[in-house]
Amino acid sequence: MKSLLCSALLLLAAHSSTPAAVEFSGNVSLQSRVFFNEPLDSRQHNHYPSFALEPEIYQQLDDQQRLTFAAFYRYDQHDEERRHADIRELAWLRVFDHWELTVGISKVFWGVTESQHLVDIINQTDQVENIDGEDKLGQPMIRFSTVQNWGIVDAFILPGFRERTFAGVEGRPRPGLIIDGDAASYESADKDNHIDYALRWFNSFDDIELGLSYFSGTGREPESFQLINNVLSPHYVLIEQAGIDLLAIIEDWTWKLEFITRKSSTQKYSAITGGFEYTLYGIADSQADLGIVIEYLYDDRDQLASTPFQNDLTTALRFALNDTQSTEILLGIISDLDDSIMASFIEASRRLGDDFKLTLEARAFSNTVAGRPLYDYRQDDFIQADLAWHF
Amino acid sequence: MNMKNTTFLLLALLPLSALEVMAETAEEKGLAIAIEADKRDNGFGDSTADMIMELRNKQGDTSVREIRIKTLEVANDGDKALSIFDQPADVKGTAFLSFSHAIEPDEQWLYLPSLKRVKRINSKNKSGPFMGSEFAYEDIASQEVAKYTYKYLRDETLNGIDCYVIERYPAYEHSGYSRQLGWINKAEYRPEKIVFYDRKDSLLKTLTYSGYQQYLNQYWRPDQMVMENHQNEKSTLMKWRNYKFKTGLSDSDFNHNSLQRAK
Repeated sequence: MKSLLCSALLLLAAHSSTPAAVEFSGNVSLQSRVFFNEPLDSRQHNHYPSFALEPEIYQQLDDQQRLTFAAFYRYDQHDEERRHADIRELAWLRVFDHWELTVGISKVFWGVTESQHLVDIINQTDQVENIDGEDKLGQPMIRFSTVQNWGIVDAFILPGFRERTFAGVEGRPRPGLIIDGDAASYESADKDNHIDYALRWFNSFDDIELGLSYFSGTGREPESFQLINNVLSPHYVLIEQAGIDLLAIIEDWTWKLEFITRKSSTQKYSAITGGFEYTLYGIADSQADLGIVIEYLYDDRDQLASTPFQNDLTTALRFALNDTQSTEILLGIISDLDDSIMASFIEASRRLGDDFKLTLEARAFSNTVAGRPLYDYRQDDFIQADLAWHF
Repeated sequence: MNMKNTTFLLLALLPLSALEVMAETAEEKGLAIAIEADKRDNGFGDSTADMIMELRNKQGDTSVREIRIKTLEVANDGDKALSIFDQPADVKGTAFLSFSHAIEPDEQWLYLPSLKRVKRINSKNKSGPFMGSEFAYEDIASQEVAKYTYKYLRDETLNGIDCYVIERYPAYEHSGYSRQLGWINKAEYRPEKIVFYDRKDSLLKTLTYSGYQQYLNQYWRPDQMVMENHQNEKSTLMKWRNYKFKTGLSDSDFNHNSLQRAK
């Protein structure tokens, strides 16, 4: 990873004298997260102010080459694990006629579903940012991509493993037992230097899109945790994962399916997320659209699943006001079909003026059951306001 | 596609019918004007341009959108277009790829740079506003002859320009309009004004073109388009800058990978 970084930096330096303009952009944001209930651990708090910086520098070297650098830093008043920095991107891209090459740290997204991203496996989750799994850490990679009339093939060499981030002692929400992300152990003797590989084929057939993917290497999700001195340390094992993502547009319906089968030396399992999004346009004679998202989540490990989504249903409504301020509201419930455990969420955003964006988010966990997922979050309902200035 | 074959058939048949009955119906004349306008814009190959939109509300407050657009002409089908958003700042880097078709729904993808995610968009609905403006997606989509049926109404002088006034009716599903009234410049076969009527046939919007420039001695493009909404009293000024034609774009500039690396 270090050598990759160095070569990317050298490239940056070598081209710094070229006349191509350097573009600077990004955002600065203030965030306030407020919890309604008393914490389970007296070391936790009820109010978490923080701020984040996300600068991005981009330079087009010539028609075929470019450099991108995107960094992230958050300062959180209480959670020292959430006080973190990451290089989201530091990559050189070279474009040829029908293929392209990326060398450096980058981000890649695979998949189609909304409630969880089973197939998406290249980047590690930056979980301390948010428990929804949408934030990702930069991944060192060499990526070859070719566009042919029979589809797009992406091949990845992934040197260097990124450990998942977890909330610290004072952080919230967090599991009852503290997870020390830095104390990770590995199945591979190469530990976090194991070289992983991934391959994906994707094609679009008019109203149907299909992706087939394969990953071999250290799984991004810890397979187990070891309890040492009352602290959990994640154990990452070698896995092979095959995935399918499928999307079909049929009239106003968008059908989505993701399927994975994953194998390690100790377990083999499959999981699926599937459902639809149906949109009502111009509701009540306005410009606003209302999308209805329903997705079913299944994991055949059942109660042994490492995620709470082993037999769950997501129901969500997405309002897009289509106004000048791009106001959007997403509200939903993920409910466990085996018992009545529910996780509810609201995410709303609106542009203020030309350069500011306000995002509100609320999460609530109800009917939690001792010994079942989300029980540790039973006191952790929260609302969060985030005001970002974009430049 | 069938569309162009039909066009050729119609073209071949037109002189015959003219000889036989000596009189064109209003529908035939309307279609002939649309075909001629389309023919005069054929062969531009590809183009790039910068678009600046000024959104103005009832109170006069304005908000600006800046977009760079690359277009590839596709023979016998709608164009391919890649739009890259520069303003407002929170959507900078967002890119939109569309393969437009005459009657079939367009294929559309949105690239969200913060998630690095390409999202397929269900484009069945064409009447929604484009980036909060008074332009609907169907207003800015590539204009194909087969998207409408036509009727010639009359000749009329508009601001000193001799025009055909034709009425056109969307032939595709889910349009926000019952009909559109177009003033087509007789000499250059380019639109000077379009009046839109909503699904209830009430007056909705007026689009006025100005500052036409001719490129490559053939293709006319306006510097400015003003869309006034008569129902909500909002308006959008769309300015076009830096038009370039035959820049060498090809299919490989309009796929998933080029969408993801659009900057």
